[in-house]
Amino acid sequence: MAAVSIRNVHKSFGAVKVIQGISMDIADGEFVVMVGPSGCGKSTLLRMVAGLEAITSGEIAIGDRVVNNLEPKDRNIAMVFQNYALYPHMSVYDNMAYGLRIQGRTKADIDQRVQRAAEILELSKLLKRRPRELSGGQRQRVAMGRAIVREPTVFLFDEPLSNLDAKLRVQMRSELQSLHQRLKTTTLYVTHDQVEAMTLAHRMLIMNAGRSEQIGAPLEVYQKPATTFVAGFIGSPPMNLIPGRIGEGGKVLAADGDARVRLPEPRSAYDGRNVLLGVRPEHFDTCEPGAALMSPDIDFIELLGSDSLVYGHLGADKSGARVAARLHTSVVAKEGRLPLRFAAEHMHLFDPESGKRLEA
Amino acid sequence: MVERRPWLDFLSHGILILGVIVIAFPVYVTFVASTLSLEEIMSMPMPLWPGDRLIENYSQVLFAGTSTGSTAPVATMLFNSTVVALCITIGKIAISLISAFAIVYFRFPFRMFFFWMIFITLMLPVEVRIIPTFQVIADLGMLNSYAGLTLPLIASATATFLFRQFFMTIPDELAEAARMDGAGPMRFFWDVVLPLSKTSMAALFVIQFIYGWNQYLWPLLITTDESMYTVVIGIKRMIVGGDAANEWHLVMATAMLALLPPAAVVLLMQKWFIKGLVETEK
Amino acid sequence: MEKRVVFRSAWLPFVLVAPQLAITVVFFFWPASQAVWYSFQLQDAFGLRSQFVGLQNFYTLFKDSNYLLSFRTTAVFSVAVAGIGIALSLLLAVMADRVVRGAMAYKTLLIWPYAVAAAVAGVLYAFMFAPSIGIVTFMLRQFGVHWDWVINGNQAMLLVIMAAVWNQISYNFLFFLAGLQSIPKSLIEAAAIDGAGPARRFWSIIFPLLSPTAFFLLVVNVVYAFFGTFGIIDAITQGGPAQSTTILVYKVYHDGVKAADIGGSSAQSVILMAIVIALTVVQFRYIERRVQY
Repeated sequence: MAAVSIRNVHKSFGAVKVIQGISMDIADGEFVVMVGPSGCGKSTLLRMVAGLEAITSGEIAIGDRVVNNLEPKDRNIAMVFQNYALYPHMSVYDNMAYGLRIQGRTKADIDQRVQRAAEILELSKLLKRRPRELSGGQRQRVAMGRAIVREPTVFLFDEPLSNLDAKLRVQMRSELQSLHQRLKTTTLYVTHDQVEAMTLAHRMLIMNAGRSEQIGAPLEVYQKPATTFVAGFIGSPPMNLIPGRIGEGGKVLAADGDARVRLPEPRSAYDGRNVLLGVRPEHFDTCEPGAALMSPDIDFIELLGSDSLVYGHLGADKSGARVAARLHTSVVAKEGRLPLRFAAEHMHLFDPESGKRLEA
Repeated sequence: MVERRPWLDFLSHGILILGVIVIAFPVYVTFVASTLSLEEIMSMPMPLWPGDRLIENYSQVLFAGTSTGSTAPVATMLFNSTVVALCITIGKIAISLISAFAIVYFRFPFRMFFFWMIFITLMLPVEVRIIPTFQVIADLGMLNSYAGLTLPLIASATATFLFRQFFMTIPDELAEAARMDGAGPMRFFWDVVLPLSKTSMAALFVIQFIYGWNQYLWPLLITTDESMYTVVIGIKRMIVGGDAANEWHLVMATAMLALLPPAAVVLLMQKWFIKGLVETEK
Repeated sequence: MEKRVVFRSAWLPFVLVAPQLAITVVFFFWPASQAVWYSFQLQDAFGLRSQFVGLQNFYTLFKDSNYLLSFRTTAVFSVAVAGIGIALSLLLAVMADRVVRGAMAYKTLLIWPYAVAAAVAGVLYAFMFAPSIGIVTFMLRQFGVHWDWVINGNQAMLLVIMAAVWNQISYNFLFFLAGLQSIPKSLIEAAAIDGAGPARRFWSIIFPLLSPTAFFLLVVNVVYAFFGTFGIIDAITQGGPAQSTTILVYKVYHDGVKAADIGGSSAQSVILMAIVIALTVVQFRYIERRVQY
């Protein structure tokens, strides 16, 4: 059990800067998810913690030790790979026992650890099988078993569920959660799937192009995204970002394309300023036309059964800002203007140039 | 294939059967000759059905040799061929495995230089450098020895390439997992890479065994001692020129003995043989 | 070419490549460079002293009518062996690809000659075609053909060509078969639907797709004809009668070992080396291009 400290870490491959100054302190026993789009550097960061990539500058500490120059096997960590990386010619038992054998443990010790892990992961009946005889989910569990038997201070997961089908993914997610509750080991988990991130994380590190966009608990990241990137990354469909200028003493947003949005609460501090107005699709409600804050013109509707996704645009012509609304009803007009309102606590303002959140 | 054309099918089978017969004919004739007596062979035409001298001819040849040309017993020659073929095969596989492993899994100065050096050997078969190589072997005192027979032929790079191609297909993550597990490079090699390379090794074994067994020019050059002859050059030494002077029945028996082991290897390990051929040429 | 760097060690990789490198240097580079060196030397009659003579050995060679004859012989030989070998094995492979029943058996029966050493193949053919007792000689006589390769240089050439083609057929056959089997069936079916008959399908679709394989085999067969057939020549004709089957590599052997002309033989080796390198370079260049489509 140990805390992990990432201090101002940079990574370059030759002239290409891949990670630019990331810092984060992960508490003992925490489940931290590093999430972001492909190529943002999250796997590279994980691999630096693992010792599989060299650190260009900065420090990584596990427990009290700075591990920059330590080999992976000396860091007391375990890693679960995206493609499981099981030794194809060894049985499940041998796969799990391999690292322990290298450590020179006694047969009894090895057996006890492997059996225990197998029991936790429900692999006890499969110990003699080869990886090719197992399903994807089973292989994933063997990979986890191999990590567990080492009794490491930190678990590292590199997109472990990406190769599983959707249904299996949901199931494995809950298994991962219960595993963590049981073992309470500090965990670093990399994924590009924001749903996985939201459901598993105690805290998230959202990355984009090698930088950290925001660090926080899932709810915090959802309710108070620090940048437009985070706002657009978390939540599906993504948050609406409507460009415009605050006017009339902070009461109104004059959106491009000659549209007007009334703000539920005045933001006089930003009067006269160009901003991006952010509202999540799920935070809209239909209302009477008189009470509407905005009335986009409907382009098309997706009926999901219980909900409807309405896509429209503000303003007179099709060049106005696009708006998506997720309404909890299946009864919606098919065309024309849709009167919508939203609450003040669901309103976000961002600076258009920096993308950063503007506080109320 | 796509349509039904019975006459074309018939023709195909016909051609194939004809091909099989033409291919097999020389060996069939050889086999028959190896079971006949010399007089039967010398009479024109030679009978085309096997005779009754099989055991006689083979035992004479194996244990006593012929009276013209070489007098070494073929059994000794078969033994030599086996030793040479196995040494070349095992030697080549062993050094190529570790070379390929080093080139793929490490980064070190001169890596590409070494790679190209090994690559160049592909271009020049031993026949092109016979005189100086002979000189080197003579200088090293390795004439008429197993070492001299095998070492120069271990030098080529086909095996290294095959293994390199194969190692490139081993997922990186496997090596990383092994590293996490605490395995050093040689442990990883022994515990993971080697077991995974078994089919490649089998394929290479077949090809190299045949290559080693069938070597001709090189053993011809460096063995003058009859007890070191391999069976392939032994046959040549038995034919001293002129049809009439040779003990053809014994020569043919030796020929059968010379071709049976590699043929057996091809037939028994056909799958690996094909794999080995097709993959070493890429 | 690149794996992510996985293992770090200053000395281990060198130890691992050392055996192969050592053998390569001692038995390949050193002799090859010696061959080049010798080719610039002239040895006196007793082999005691040698004198640097620059390119003289090469000039002598190109003025030597025997050497030029050997070039011609080799050219004829390799074209014949490669051409006939490829054509026959292509035919067999196409047929083998067509048949459904017995495909495995045919394959097995057609590939085992690969196991026969060139020299042994030579002996077999020498036996069958022996002027006085050969069974095929006998059969030919029934057709009125007088067969005596010991006297007739062209017949000798024919004999070694036959032996070489026989020896090489399995190899070509296997590669063609593999090439044929890698052609997607859907292409052939599409052509059939378009109305192409079997012959047309073969020439307009299958053959072009096989051309990389055919080219590859062409180079391999030429290299085989140059070098791999040594055993055949030595076993049957020893280059005769009257040099009619003395191919270049045989001459290297003969001049170097039998006639003790080290300089000349080495010069010939160097020329051969150049030819092979050129062939290999051509082959690799072509394959590189192939990979792009």
